[in-house]
Amino acid sequence: MTPFVRLDGVSKRFDTAVAADGVTLEVERGEVLALLGPSGSGKTTLLRLLAGFEQADAGRMIIDGADVGGLSPARRRCGMVFQHYALFPHLDVGENVAFGLRGKKPGGRVTVERQVAAVLALVDLAGFERRRVQELSGGQQQRVALARALAPEPRVLLLDEPLSNLDPALRERTRRELRQLIKRVGITTLFVTHEQEEAFDLGDRVAVLAAGRLDQVGTPDDLYERPASLFVATFVGRANVFRGAAAHALGGADGQIVVVRPEAFRFSEIGIPGVVKERRYTGAAAFYLVDGGRGERFEVLAAPGAARVGDRVFVEATRVLTFAEERE
Amino acid sequence: MNSGNRRGLPGALLTLLLAWLVLYPILVVVAEAARGDAIAVFLSRGGEWHALWASLWISLASVALAAAVGVPLAFLFEWLDFPGRKTLGSVIALPAVLPPFVGVIAFLFLYGESGFVARAVQHVLGLERAPWRLQGAGAILLVHAYSMYVYFYLFTRAGLAKLDASMLEAAQALGAGRWETLRRVTLPLIRPALAGAALLVFMTALGSFSAPYVFGGGFRVMTTQIVATKLNGELPLAMVETVALAGVALGGLLILRHTEGDDILVALGKGTAPRRRPIQSVGGRALATAAGWLLALLLLLPHLTLGLVSLVPYGTWTTEAVPPVLSVVNYQRLFGEPERLRPLVNSLWMAAASTAAAVALALVAGALVGRRRPGRIPWRGPIEGLLALPWALPGTVFAVALATTFSVQHPWALRWVLVGTVVLLPLGLLVRNLPLTGRAVLAGFRQLDPALEEAAASLGAGRWAAFRRVTLPLLRPALAAGASLAFVAALGDFVTAIVLYTYDNRPISIEIMSSLRLSELGVAAAFGVILMGLSALVLAVGARR
Repeated sequence: MTPFVRLDGVSKRFDTAVAADGVTLEVERGEVLALLGPSGSGKTTLLRLLAGFEQADAGRMIIDGADVGGLSPARRRCGMVFQHYALFPHLDVGENVAFGLRGKKPGGRVTVERQVAAVLALVDLAGFERRRVQELSGGQQQRVALARALAPEPRVLLLDEPLSNLDPALRERTRRELRQLIKRVGITTLFVTHEQEEAFDLGDRVAVLAAGRLDQVGTPDDLYERPASLFVATFVGRANVFRGAAAHALGGADGQIVVVRPEAFRFSEIGIPGVVKERRYTGAAAFYLVDGGRGERFEVLAAPGAARVGDRVFVEATRVLTFAEERE
Repeated sequence: MNSGNRRGLPGALLTLLLAWLVLYPILVVVAEAARGDAIAVFLSRGGEWHALWASLWISLASVALAAAVGVPLAFLFEWLDFPGRKTLGSVIALPAVLPPFVGVIAFLFLYGESGFVARAVQHVLGLERAPWRLQGAGAILLVHAYSMYVYFYLFTRAGLAKLDASMLEAAQALGAGRWETLRRVTLPLIRPALAGAALLVFMTALGSFSAPYVFGGGFRVMTTQIVATKLNGELPLAMVETVALAGVALGGLLILRHTEGDDILVALGKGTAPRRRPIQSVGGRALATAAGWLLALLLLLPHLTLGLVSLVPYGTWTTEAVPPVLSVVNYQRLFGEPERLRPLVNSLWMAAASTAAAVALALVAGALVGRRRPGRIPWRGPIEGLLALPWALPGTVFAVALATTFSVQHPWALRWVLVGTVVLLPLGLLVRNLPLTGRAVLAGFRQLDPALEEAAASLGAGRWAAFRRVTLPLLRPALAAGASLAFVAALGDFVTAIVLYTYDNRPISIEIMSSLRLSELGVAAAFGVILMGLSALVLAVGARR
């Protein structure tokens, strides 16, 4: 099956900073792809390149088999939800949603009104047409922005940090609703986030970006279990990083870096000796901060009663990830 | 409430004082107009209706012309980038430093019958007489467009700078092209700025006196009609005309205020303004730069003309295309002869005194009702309204109102004979200045964080000490801005002066007028240059942060 959206060696520089460095990426029809990375990694730029707000310096962008590189944003048929929603303050909810429908559909006003009502119902805002956007809560504004983007039936949905503007209590529920909605519509979606939990929860696959380069694309399990780089291993999930002698002691070859997840450690009679410095209780388990001497400190996830602060312990790794020493 | 009562009395006193200054004279005029058969005379004369209609349509046409020039320029300078953009962007606001009357005589010297452009055309084509006369509605509109597009330019730029780029991108992503985005998103979003500029231009054009006075010829607008009627001695009729003009002004104000509707457009997004798009093609850049400098030159021509004419000695320039002799003799005469220096001194002291008084009143108003405070503040509405009122009415209206009110001796009605004394003109300038200082100072007070004065109080500063050491320093930029605008307006004033001046306090503008009558163009221009230089200097000082 050919991919629905394909980026091929896409590069973009801003003055001195490289925002996209030869990114090649494929998204299947109906797939939800999360673009995950720290701030400044170029994930939003990638989205804006695809939407047509920025022009790529090099590379090709293909949507549904056609190169869209030369098209204006107005003709790309990408629905975009902006970080702060960018709802038009001079228009009410219905007019905002209808904005992209004008002059497109035969049948005129009645058809448009029916479509607006349908898409508002889709985001659970039926009957909100004549409300002013300023009166809405943050979550409602987000859904209006989503409805507005979906109304013209775009080929691809682009979401820029869709949940970052909501307070944390609302975020999880909204995330669940967003996931259900996208799956119900079945639209190919790319969304940008800097939060791993969000990426894992919403994305079928996750693309990890660092300094404009694509480090790895894969399912959440892939990224966590088989990270392609030291960056991915440390950015996605918790990780203890060992170099030099300590890495050697954990089975790494010369010049290798060893990464051990907290849950891949266990207290044992053999292994690395250390002293428990802190214990952080999380309910089902507890994180133990162990001082292995010579400045080595690492985290162990174990049963809440496995050790106490001050205990002398031995720690054994059940599973390690090894990476070549990075060359600077 | 204890604190309410304590503030209530000074507030009431200030309200009374302001009411006596700005409202009472208007009421006196209305009462005078209603007496006798003046209204019937007004209604029966076709000339009156013509003048009123002329005022209205000239003002509306001025708004359209100023918008047609100012708005595209604002888009050009705010959205596109080309070599010289920054320098040109500030040159373009230069008509603002030209006091209205000085601007008018500069236009006279430049485009008038015997101005540079007319002479040049005459020479090139070998004509017997000047190719045109700068007169009538067209001439007035030309001057208005030149001096008033700046409002549209500055307001639109400010509006565009506040625009959220993601709004425009959202429109594009929804399939709207460039023009559609402009029409359906950009223009509606900057509507408050456009409405504000339209209101300002409308009021300025309606009150404009210098341009119709100099270029009108037989074409009368209401402001010149009032002064002419007054000079004819038909005082009751002048009162009716004044009330009619005031009515049009208030009507325009209400209608335009209504369309402003700024409360709807509270910004939702937190995005940044759109990036400036560099003009890519070499030809386009060259064209933009060349057009920009040409425009700057066109805008600077009146200033340059004034400077050149001020160097022409009396009687040396007759039929030549360019003046044959240049010297600084006009300036020497101006500063050497006490009789000629007198108007300069007059203008300076009257501008300084009226500005100082207007700042003092604005500060008192701000201290009493300007602070952000929960709950209702007694007398706030009346005081703010009275401070703003002179702005809503043309200068001629106030000048006539003051001249009428203070022409009789009725101390028990708070009326004294001030006509013919040197006090009346500065009083008129003070009234005209109140909206400028009041608006700036009240805005300054509103931006003040109340916690700062409370902090000063908790650190042991008394009321007065807190005001002097915290409030006043924080208000400094607002005070400087308001005071400099007021000073420049008073310095360049012509419309108030022509009604209220006496020989002893005749200001620069009146002296320019009489120099023109005596065909002493060089002296008139020299006064104009000095006025222009002082205005620019004061505005520059006032804008410094």
